[in-house]
Amino acid sequence: MSDNVILEMRNITKEFPGVKALDNISFAVKQGEIHCLVGENGAGKSTLMKVLSGVYPHGTYSGEIYLNGELQRFNGIRDSEHAGIGIIYQELALIPELTVYENIFLGNEIRKGMRMDWNETIRRASEMLAKVKLDVNPAAKVIELSVGRQQLIEIAKALSKDVRLLILDEPTSALNEDDVDNLFDLMRDLRSNGVTLIMITHKLREIMRIADSVTVIRDGKSIVTLDAAKGEVSEQVMIKHMVGREIDNIYPSRTHKRSEEVVLEVHDWNVFDPVIDRKLLKNSSFNIKRGEIVGFAGLMGSGRTELALSIFGNPAHYKVDGELTVNGQQGHFHHPQEAMNAGVAYVSEDRKRNGLILIQDVRENTTLANLRALASRGVIDSNREIQVANEYKTSLNIKTPTIQQKVGNLSGGNQQKVSLAKWLFVQPNILILDEPTRGIDVGAKFEIYTLMNRLVEQGMSILMISSELPEVLGMSDRVYVVSAGEITGELPIAEATQERIMQLATMN
Amino acid sequence: MSIANDLPVKEPSSSFMSDLTRVLRENIRDYGMFIALFIIWGVFNSLTDGLFLSSRNLSNLLNQFGYIAVLGIGMTLVIVIRHIDLSVGFLAGFLGAVTAIAMTFWGLPVWVVVPSVLILGALLGLLPGFMVAQLGIPAFVATLAGFLIYRGAILVVTEGSGTIIISNDAFNALGNGFIPNIFGDLWPGKHLLTLLVGAIAIVWFIYNELKGRRNKLAYGFEVLPRNIFILKLVFATLLVGALTWVLASYNGLSWTVVIVLIVLAIYQFITTQTVLGRHIYAVGGNPEAAELSGVNVKRITYLVFSQMGALAALSGMLFASRLQSATTTAGTLFELDAIAASYVGGVSAAGGVGRVTGAVIGALVMASLTSGMNLMGLGISYQYIIRGIVLALAVIFDVSTRNR
Repeated sequence: MSDNVILEMRNITKEFPGVKALDNISFAVKQGEIHCLVGENGAGKSTLMKVLSGVYPHGTYSGEIYLNGELQRFNGIRDSEHAGIGIIYQELALIPELTVYENIFLGNEIRKGMRMDWNETIRRASEMLAKVKLDVNPAAKVIELSVGRQQLIEIAKALSKDVRLLILDEPTSALNEDDVDNLFDLMRDLRSNGVTLIMITHKLREIMRIADSVTVIRDGKSIVTLDAAKGEVSEQVMIKHMVGREIDNIYPSRTHKRSEEVVLEVHDWNVFDPVIDRKLLKNSSFNIKRGEIVGFAGLMGSGRTELALSIFGNPAHYKVDGELTVNGQQGHFHHPQEAMNAGVAYVSEDRKRNGLILIQDVRENTTLANLRALASRGVIDSNREIQVANEYKTSLNIKTPTIQQKVGNLSGGNQQKVSLAKWLFVQPNILILDEPTRGIDVGAKFEIYTLMNRLVEQGMSILMISSELPEVLGMSDRVYVVSAGEITGELPIAEATQERIMQLATMN
Repeated sequence: MSIANDLPVKEPSSSFMSDLTRVLRENIRDYGMFIALFIIWGVFNSLTDGLFLSSRNLSNLLNQFGYIAVLGIGMTLVIVIRHIDLSVGFLAGFLGAVTAIAMTFWGLPVWVVVPSVLILGALLGLLPGFMVAQLGIPAFVATLAGFLIYRGAILVVTEGSGTIIISNDAFNALGNGFIPNIFGDLWPGKHLLTLLVGAIAIVWFIYNELKGRRNKLAYGFEVLPRNIFILKLVFATLLVGALTWVLASYNGLSWTVVIVLIVLAIYQFITTQTVLGRHIYAVGGNPEAAELSGVNVKRITYLVFSQMGALAALSGMLFASRLQSATTTAGTLFELDAIAASYVGGVSAAGGVGRVTGAVIGALVMASLTSGMNLMGLGISYQYIIRGIVLALAVIFDVSTRNR
């Protein structure tokens, strides 16, 4: 073991009933580097980090963990924290109704005798906020802050515990470009202060920007460790190791069959949210033609999801005015069911919260939105239901032993396919896809893109909301850019470039 | 109806015992309450020298569990959609009093009163439905208000009269009567119609199980190993057969049991076979996803609270009929017994999980405890403590087996 290795995990094997999540994996991180951990969903990245942080205590796995050359036996998160390991999960673990300083020292409270020492807490919290270069009032409630700022507070919280090794699990998945830049600056800062960072991510471009070294994991085994300084890190190489094959172009080409027939038209659309007393969209107008994919680009929180929901039956009960014409029929929808009846489907960006019922199986999730098609007089024909679910399992290549598998047990990519299957079974002619490939691996992405192409070739129209510019550019026929609740531009794909879109997206 | 889902079983059978332990382990959530029920019955039977499983006691036990069983069925659906209804106990008591007044003081015929009170119950159930679905008030608070209001309402309507005696024989038969003994002369001492009903139930159960198994095999789904499947059929046959035999040796099937079975059959059908049932479980599993999938969550919430009200009315009438009177304390703690029955029956507070058959078994567990402890002459104070412990054990069992 070379002397500048801070962490070494040796021959780790972790089994769940029926699955070998980690298969004799070894992994080493050097002192003071930014080490990216990359792999398809289900490859074992998160499991490996849970072994490291003590979520899976010593004894539930085989193999050894050495930190600074010493053998570690963590029985829980507290042990690993004590050893200087901090972990920040993808889903932020802050308590929204508490203040920033209360959150930073939650579980690590500063006391004077029996009582809380609030003055010292606030003073130390301000120090931590300065360390992460976050200019907020420590007494502000977390709920009032943007996701990007909340992320920084998580880091401040970890720093307050004197971490030497900080693990970030997909830290950028909910951040916009500015916040990502900010986060990366901070990560470099921490690195120069001697903190070692491990980042789990799907975004190869971000790895190119920040990583010192990269370990690729596939099927619970570590495949390769690449060194950026030696020029070993490239997107092609990483993709090759992740999927075990080379993918030349992850955006498959299609024969464009778009017609001039407008299937959905929105005119002067205004959306107001009475709960937070804010105007979400101003005077927006756009249209979608038969057989085209229209990309909606923009930053997180620019109002694209709200736009889609306000069209799709307005389940959040915004105040909406403007003209909506769908397949020649004018008028608003007052419930998602009405939108579905008119041929519109909406695949949510947050499949776990708004898309799927995780405790139900693949079959029940696939048919939920269109059970009436399988029923006569309200009684479900279970044979036909099984047939339908099996057909979608085959045609979308959903990887599950049977359709009786609970959706919560599937990987992200397969969950997304079930979500898609549900909406395809409604047989819409206008499909709204909100971040269709968020958090899923390269292989599944490619399959979803191929499916989208097949659908538009069959005459469906797709409205695709995406925060990944390469995806917008790779898949769309036309691009609208949304900035702070306004459509700031419409670009034919030939004129769309990353720079042009970013310029429009940051106009307001 | 199927007692348990035939969950995936990996390889073809090796040895019978290892299959059995594996199936039991994998389906422990489904079989657990049956095991608990048999342990309770066995223990009480030996402690009371066979008195517990006597024809007379079992018959009594089944008549007493009816009004909790129907509440438990309704409560299961309320808990499945992530709510609770604390008002049903006193609502049942209040509607029992209304029933008694309508028949005894107003002289209305029973065939008018019973359906009217059921409808009244369904309408009153819409009130918490409105508060929860429309106004977004937590069900706990909304129904706690109902709890207090109906408690007061019982006292108001019985203020002048106190306990109201019901003298209508047809109505009182609901809680005390038995189905007629047709062809009784053919086999003296045995209730033939009861035996016939039992035999039909067994044949129907076996037919359904075989059909389901054949269907699953046709779709390539995994099924129980053959020997375990046969064991399950034999077991169910023996259970239903023995129960029918014991009851047929006394007065036969009671109307209460018939009513519970009819309600159970309707609910089992709705929850497992219909669009409505699927929508209820979807709302419980993830209300946001259900709403975006075109399910009208508000409508489901209204409906579930409304059926709860109707079943509270049925429960109140069964109880009044059992006592042949409406009392000022009727309905006390019914809601908690119903909630306990639902939890013993495997409902999950996180929503989306729970079967109506489970609630009926759960009600049987709770009623068996009461009956057994009464037979043993145990004081009421200890009875409460033991029932509390059993409820806690049921929930601990539920939580510890959840992630299998």
